[in-house]
Amino acid sequence: MDIIEKLIHAARPKSRRGVAGIWLDEHKLVAAARKVREAGYTKFEAITPFPLHGIDEAMGIPFSWIPWVTLTFCLTGFAFGTWFTWWASAVDWPLIIGGKPMWSLPAFVPIMFECTILFGALASVGALLYICGLPQIDPPVIDPALSSHKFGLFIPEDDTGYNQAAVEKLLKDNGAVEVKRAEF
Amino acid sequence: MISRKPLVLGNKNYETVTKDICSLVETFPSPMYYLGMGGAQFLLLLYLFAQGMIVWYGMGMMGVNHPVGWGTDIITFVFWIGIGHAGTLISAILFLFRQKWRTSIARSAEAMTVFAVMTAGTFPVLHTGRPWLAYWLLPYPNQRGPLWVNFRSPLVWDVFAVSTYATVSAVFWYIGMVPDLATIRDRAINKWRKRIYGMLSLGWRGTARNWNHYEMVYMLLCGLSTPLVLSVHSIVSFDFAVASLPGWHTTIFPPYFVAGAIFSGFAMVVTLMCIIREVVPVFKDYITLEHMEAMNKIIMTTGLMVGYAYGSEFFIAWYSGSEYEGFTFLNRAFGPYWWSYWIMVSCNVFIPQLFWFRFFRRNIPWMFVISIFVNIGMWFERFVITVTSLHRDFLPSNWGMWVPTLYDFGALFGSFGLFFTLFLLYIRLMPAISIAEVKPVLTVGREGAHGHH
Repeated sequence: MDIIEKLIHAARPKSRRGVAGIWLDEHKLVAAARKVREAGYTKFEAITPFPLHGIDEAMGIPFSWIPWVTLTFCLTGFAFGTWFTWWASAVDWPLIIGGKPMWSLPAFVPIMFECTILFGALASVGALLYICGLPQIDPPVIDPALSSHKFGLFIPEDDTGYNQAAVEKLLKDNGAVEVKRAEF
Repeated sequence: MISRKPLVLGNKNYETVTKDICSLVETFPSPMYYLGMGGAQFLLLLYLFAQGMIVWYGMGMMGVNHPVGWGTDIITFVFWIGIGHAGTLISAILFLFRQKWRTSIARSAEAMTVFAVMTAGTFPVLHTGRPWLAYWLLPYPNQRGPLWVNFRSPLVWDVFAVSTYATVSAVFWYIGMVPDLATIRDRAINKWRKRIYGMLSLGWRGTARNWNHYEMVYMLLCGLSTPLVLSVHSIVSFDFAVASLPGWHTTIFPPYFVAGAIFSGFAMVVTLMCIIREVVPVFKDYITLEHMEAMNKIIMTTGLMVGYAYGSEFFIAWYSGSEYEGFTFLNRAFGPYWWSYWIMVSCNVFIPQLFWFRFFRRNIPWMFVISIFVNIGMWFERFVITVTSLHRDFLPSNWGMWVPTLYDFGALFGSFGLFFTLFLLYIRLMPAISIAEVKPVLTVGREGAHGHH
């Protein structure tokens, strides 16, 4: 084991144990996710190679709150741009340029606009990384094909009313082509 | 009923899509690729040599002098910034309009944006003549007062606009690639490939909860990029329009520049896609003639918009009754630089009219040649705006000519080396088509599949 392996091992996030099912058809996965949710599980995850429409509703995933972050930071950026151009041009070192007033607001609009967009965009991406817990170092992958052409469901051991035999049966009955114990 | 045409040919399934797109990263490229890379490296060396000499000996190596103080550097800066705009248009604006055909070209178009803006960014920095002091352009606390930058200057607006654009489009491009980098990581057999792509993918695993937020952020970034891209070329046009020089001081400039930017950018996308289709034959199933035809239609439309702007400028120069404005436009078309004006009009207005015919819209060699002409025409548009306005302004005693030196040519042609080196490295190392975005549109136009959502 080389030094890099050791470092990766030390930094690896703590994984949960549980049962995973694999599907080849995304429509069957959505139906299965609905059944798993109806069976009372709440902490289960669906793993898909692309965003699957209908899965949010089937799993009961609420509407993303990131737009609020974007709005807040856009307004912050706008306020910062307004304040900074005013403070630098009219307060900290006032200079008459081109006979314009010290606080020549129309001339500052481009700066205010760019600050709005920059703050909003970077904060949205920051919120995405935060909420998804990224970056993660080498997290466990149930099946490498889950990022290509297979679709998975994972039910962790700590979920409400977890019972391994029942979970395995639930996944099989809903069309999983493969059911196995897994780490995620 | 008009049936929808398939967006992806060759009856692919999810697995073959992954394999096709990853194959470029996982195998050694074709001899065509090395040939292209060799050419790009040669031009890059030319660029480094030309700009190195200019930095070492000073701006006098280039043709700029009184009264034409803005030469190749500024012309080529505007040219490359304009190229970038089509990438954001394809990736963000067409996304908001739910144009599904954008999916297979969006990634490369975005990459083009990032590299074009990087190439563009070198020019104003080198145009300062003392690029090691370029950080003076930023408002940072300093020991001279602090003396702040002049926020009333369009050149400072430009610093903000271009740096915001570069940042946001790079972040957008990267976030879009994260799931596909995870796909490459999961397929990797080689230990180092797994590690490097594992790092680049940030540990993405594609859970439904993550996709939910991811899609939201993608849409938000599209929503933010759309006004941003329109603002960037508007602000670039302010560099000219805010000055009170005849030929520059017009209100038509922002929309005229944005239309021209989209026009030239789409031409560059067509050029690049023609090249990619040859270098990577498997991509012909993803970047189909339908895509090329759609882009050629946009080129024709925006070409007409640009043509309208040329006509409108001329009309207003006469209708305004301003002697200087009128003279500037007559001088553009019939003065000493008449040839540049007519190259611009021929390449941008006349030649794209061929796209009225289906044959030209769907013929790869023809569209490649036309797209090159549009690129040449759009470089000359910026030449006409910059040089012909400056060289003869109010007082005849202030008139002069601008003659480029070999270093001007080196900087111009060499910049293509920088751009193409980055672009060719990208198609070799990164997923050049969005794997996760193409899969959901596989069923479009296919009968008997699972149908539409």
